[in-house]
Amino acid sequence: MIRLGDGLRSSIGTKFLMAVSGVLLLGFVVAHMLGNLQLFLGHEALDSYAQKIQDMGALLWVARAGLFTLLVLHVGSALKLTRQNRAARPIPYGVHKPFQSSYASRTMVMSGVIVLAFVLYHLLHFTFGAVDAESYALAHAGAGLQVHAMVVHAFQQPIVALSYMLAMALLSLHIAHGVGSLFQTLGLNTQRTRCAATRLGKGVGAVVFLGNVSMPLAVLAGWVGGN
Amino acid sequence: MKLTLKVWRQKNATAAGRFESYEANDVSPDMSLLELLDVVNEQLVNKGEEPVAFDHDCREGICGACSMVINGHAHGSDRGTTTCQVHMRRFTNGDTVVLEPWRAKPFPLVRDLMVDRSSFDRIIASGGFVSVNTGGAPDANALPIGKVDADHAFDAAACIGCGACVAACKNASAMLFVAAKVGHLASLPQGQPERDARAVNMIMTMDREGFGACTNTYDCEAACPKEISVDFIGALNRDYRKALSSTR
Ligand code: HEM
Ligand code: FES
Repeated sequence: MIRLGDGLRSSIGTKFLMAVSGVLLLGFVVAHMLGNLQLFLGHEALDSYAQKIQDMGALLWVARAGLFTLLVLHVGSALKLTRQNRAARPIPYGVHKPFQSSYASRTMVMSGVIVLAFVLYHLLHFTFGAVDAESYALAHAGAGLQVHAMVVHAFQQPIVALSYMLAMALLSLHIAHGVGSLFQTLGLNTQRTRCAATRLGKGVGAVVFLGNVSMPLAVLAGWVGGN
Repeated sequence: MKLTLKVWRQKNATAAGRFESYEANDVSPDMSLLELLDVVNEQLVNKGEEPVAFDHDCREGICGACSMVINGHAHGSDRGTTTCQVHMRRFTNGDTVVLEPWRAKPFPLVRDLMVDRSSFDRIIASGGFVSVNTGGAPDANALPIGKVDADHAFDAAACIGCGACVAACKNASAMLFVAAKVGHLASLPQGQPERDARAVNMIMTMDREGFGACTNTYDCEAACPKEISVDFIGALNRDYRKALSSTR
């Protein structure tokens, strides 16, 4: 019949890879958010959590390699399908209007590319200290990691806080359609669950948005790290 | 009433195309869009110009020939209707009506508003059938099929292959069409023996023909004149997944 490798190279097969890598990345996004929300518990909590992750040693690199693989798989599939989709309509319409599709569903490539740019910026910012060196230096000033001080200093700069909030808005838009869509892609929907999946997507998107935005917002407003 | 038509004119697949504007006076609200085009074409012929070429046959919403994007919507903005069922009472005096052909690489343009949809035929030929190799035709009702399954199969079989799903999809994907054809036979006992191969082969042909991939925007369902549900796309994805997991 068909070999698994060939089957995964078709448009639906590629979408399977995108959906599975997407939901695993979502798992990371949620875990990452929950960990970071310890910002509200004070600097001991957040700093010792960060130290624990730093002390994982080899395991940390395994996790990083896994995340990197997922991202490559997800973005690679997105690139392949986007090319196929663009090639399928070489001559554009003069007028073409959506019927019932959501804004999020029509802008997955845009939100995805912005999320990718944000991921790079975020790594340069807090992991490598290549941008906003002043904040990064705070984390590595004393004996243990001082992540709380670093984050507070970073988000006290309105331009930084606002760019993080904007990026989270786009990530949430991406997740809102992505979660609603992945049940359909993986063939898990029935007539009864499709609307529920769409609602679940919006709910997960809203939670990811509120949870992540609360941190730069709280710092910017002076609720965390203020005097 | 008075309407302005902006129609895509193109001599053949390779010639350059452009929009041309035509004024239509004394338009009756009871006219269908195709009747309006008939009137405009008569004027063009009287002036010694080439009439607008467009596909049509039944003019009652059952054949699926009348492929047109009307003001940005495949088959117009109403649900459950074809172009031949769009009536002028849907417009108001002075409106501009933009008419374009289906736009998709696997639907090459023939002339003006006509496209070639043979790519759909090739998808069907690759698996949209049930093989019966011996004997005469079975007796009707020899194989009992429950009401729920029969209705489900019929919902999918209502597809008239018009291509509006492709035309409306931002990716020019044919997933709703393939899902309807696969789902129709997958709902019936006769469709079971070739079920896995059918899903795989029709998907492979769909990709080879150059259609886009589905991103679950669901505009296809709203454009479909037979209101075929995107639930069939979910079911097609399920069949394809099962076919893959039974391989090694
Ligand atoms: C943490 C980051 C990300 C998460 C959690 C995520 C999550 C998801 C999920 C769950 C899907 C749904 C798959 C499906 O339709 O079945 C998806 C689709 C998609 N993602 Fe991502 N994604 C992320 C990053 C990215 C990036 C960086 C890009 C591109 C540069 C991207 C581009 C896409 C595209 C184009 C789709 C397909 C859209 C569609 O089918 O409508 N994503 N994503
Ligand atoms: S002409 Fe047959 S459906 Fe419109």
